[in-house]
Amino acid sequence: MTETDMRRAFIDALVGVAPDIDPGSLGEDEHIQRDLGLDSMDVLNLVASLHDRLGIDIPEADYPQIATLALAVPYLQAAGASGQG
Amino acid sequence: MSQREKLEARSGPAQDANAPWSEVPGLIDAPGGSVNIAYEAVDRHVRHGHGADTALLWFGAEGARRALSFAELAEQTARFANVLRAHGLDRGDSVYALMGRVPELYVTALGTLKAGLVFTPLFSAFGPEPIRTRMEIGGATVLVTTEALYRRKIAPWRDQVASLRLVLILGDDAPEGCVALGPGLAAAVSTFEPVPTRPEDPALIHFTSGTTGRPKGAVHVHGAVLYHAFSGRVALDLKPGTIYWCTADPGWVTGTSYGIIAPLVNRAMMIVDEAEFDLQRWYETVQRERVEVWYTAPTAIRMMMRSGQKAAAPYDFSSLRFLASVGEPLNPEAVIWSEAVFGQPFHDNWWQTETGGIMIANRPGMRVRPGSMGTPLPGIAAGIVERDGDGLHELGDGEVGELALRPGWPSMMRTYLGEQTRYDKCFADGWYLSGDLAMRDADGYFWFVGRADDLIKSSGHLIGPFEVESALIEHPAVAEAGVIGIPDETAGEVVKAYVTLNPGYSASEDLERALRGHARSRLGPAVAPREVIFRTTLPKTRSGKIMRRLLKARELGLPEGDISTLETDES
Repeated sequence: MTETDMRRAFIDALVGVAPDIDPGSLGEDEHIQRDLGLDSMDVLNLVASLHDRLGIDIPEADYPQIATLALAVPYLQAAGASGQG
Repeated sequence: MSQREKLEARSGPAQDANAPWSEVPGLIDAPGGSVNIAYEAVDRHVRHGHGADTALLWFGAEGARRALSFAELAEQTARFANVLRAHGLDRGDSVYALMGRVPELYVTALGTLKAGLVFTPLFSAFGPEPIRTRMEIGGATVLVTTEALYRRKIAPWRDQVASLRLVLILGDDAPEGCVALGPGLAAAVSTFEPVPTRPEDPALIHFTSGTTGRPKGAVHVHGAVLYHAFSGRVALDLKPGTIYWCTADPGWVTGTSYGIIAPLVNRAMMIVDEAEFDLQRWYETVQRERVEVWYTAPTAIRMMMRSGQKAAAPYDFSSLRFLASVGEPLNPEAVIWSEAVFGQPFHDNWWQTETGGIMIANRPGMRVRPGSMGTPLPGIAAGIVERDGDGLHELGDGEVGELALRPGWPSMMRTYLGEQTRYDKCFADGWYLSGDLAMRDADGYFWFVGRADDLIKSSGHLIGPFEVESALIEHPAVAEAGVIGIPDETAGEVVKAYVTLNPGYSASEDLERALRGHARSRLGPAVAPREVIFRTTLPKTRSGKIMRRLLKARELGLPEGDISTLETDES
């Protein structure tokens, strides 16, 4: 998956869980909980949605790695490339 | 020394474990018969020579660390009380706080109480609707919040809350029409004699959801602090110097009763983490700060369990001596898991916004009965009852009925604000009726069975379906809405909505998202539905009331029960 595809997949999953987020004004470094208002259940749903879309399992310990768009895209790319996807 | 001896050595000499609050000496000072929560929680310790002890150890979401001693907390709350006075506010005025878990929240709560005003915490993740409703019901005079929260959630309707006279903004700058708190605190006098409130003077209003109608503001009094002191001691093992972490947000009653008052009045050192649940951060905090007593909720515990024992293995949890859980029943597996991982089992306990304090608990020193809420605290009389006409009768061991309590403990609510009728309905034959269904076993342990009404318990928070339905039908597409809780392995229950649409709208994935987005922006993520289902009609009674019970039974594949009142069925 290209970086652009991965970015789109992450944003789609995020907005699917929290449709109050405007994908057009999403900042690279906005924290999904502190800035975008996701709660813990939303984060679990985001992880489940990413799994469904990308086939990538994200262990709990790695949740901080998907806390912003800037962190999530390279993390998901690396996870996808390592054969999980 | 065996583990048990070590524990006993740390715990000090045993008191009479069965003495009720009225027989335990020295829980509070109550000078001259007055009782002020802020005095008992803070100033008293300074007066008794413990001003240098740490009261609050705070961790910012971005890595900051700040410790406040009892003396510093006394000074800051004095400054805050003086700021309120300088604005001409006085007893009876109502101060609301809307902010995350920052030190100023604790200063606001205790400073307000010190000045004899009534304090109401609001959960900062609430959307504008629940905030506004709660401010209107409570007649908020003052709101203390941050600039970001003010602009996002308050500013558009601020002028419509007639009672609101002052908005204080944390920091040194404030938007138009608001006052910056920073300069006011800096200029204020650093001493303030706590107002000698009487035990029955109102201190706190905590909102809780109703199955119909608006949220209810449960009024609690200053005298409640006696029970917070007592229950903190007997149900959570809090002692002077105990390193204690309650993970609850003060926007919910646990985060105030046991996240501010009980630890401070017992002179424990309370840890406050601004950040939301983060597995590694939590484990690191327990290890690094040598947390001794940890009070959290089943949802968080189940999140820890999801990550497995391996994720916990690198950490040293040997400092933990007592773990407790509240909010919804803790499943037996979680009790067993925690014993294996932390060396201590989580002790479930039960209480409500209305009761103000822990009523039933698996207490320190008691054998935990996994899956049970425990036994009533000393002095608390609990029973299982069944309503029959105007009265009720008690049920025997092993029978399922409504969990009821004999009122009289100090932290019991005194009324629902402005709703005497709804308050009166909570009582019958000298019992307070909790609305929870439960069972008592032959050994006196109580077991939660379910809610007797339509209220939803999600991540330990009570959610009123009516509030969610009201927000949904404000969307132009929605004609009717029925909201229920469906079981979820992590959150206990999650909110699910069934809606019918107005002419001109049709069901689609985009509309489903739009409705959830609408609900989230109004209600906040904790309250908004996680799923919206479209229907042509909803099951209704002859009087037009949506039968949530039926929606739920069908969702879960359970028997539909009595459907004699069903007029229009679901389609």
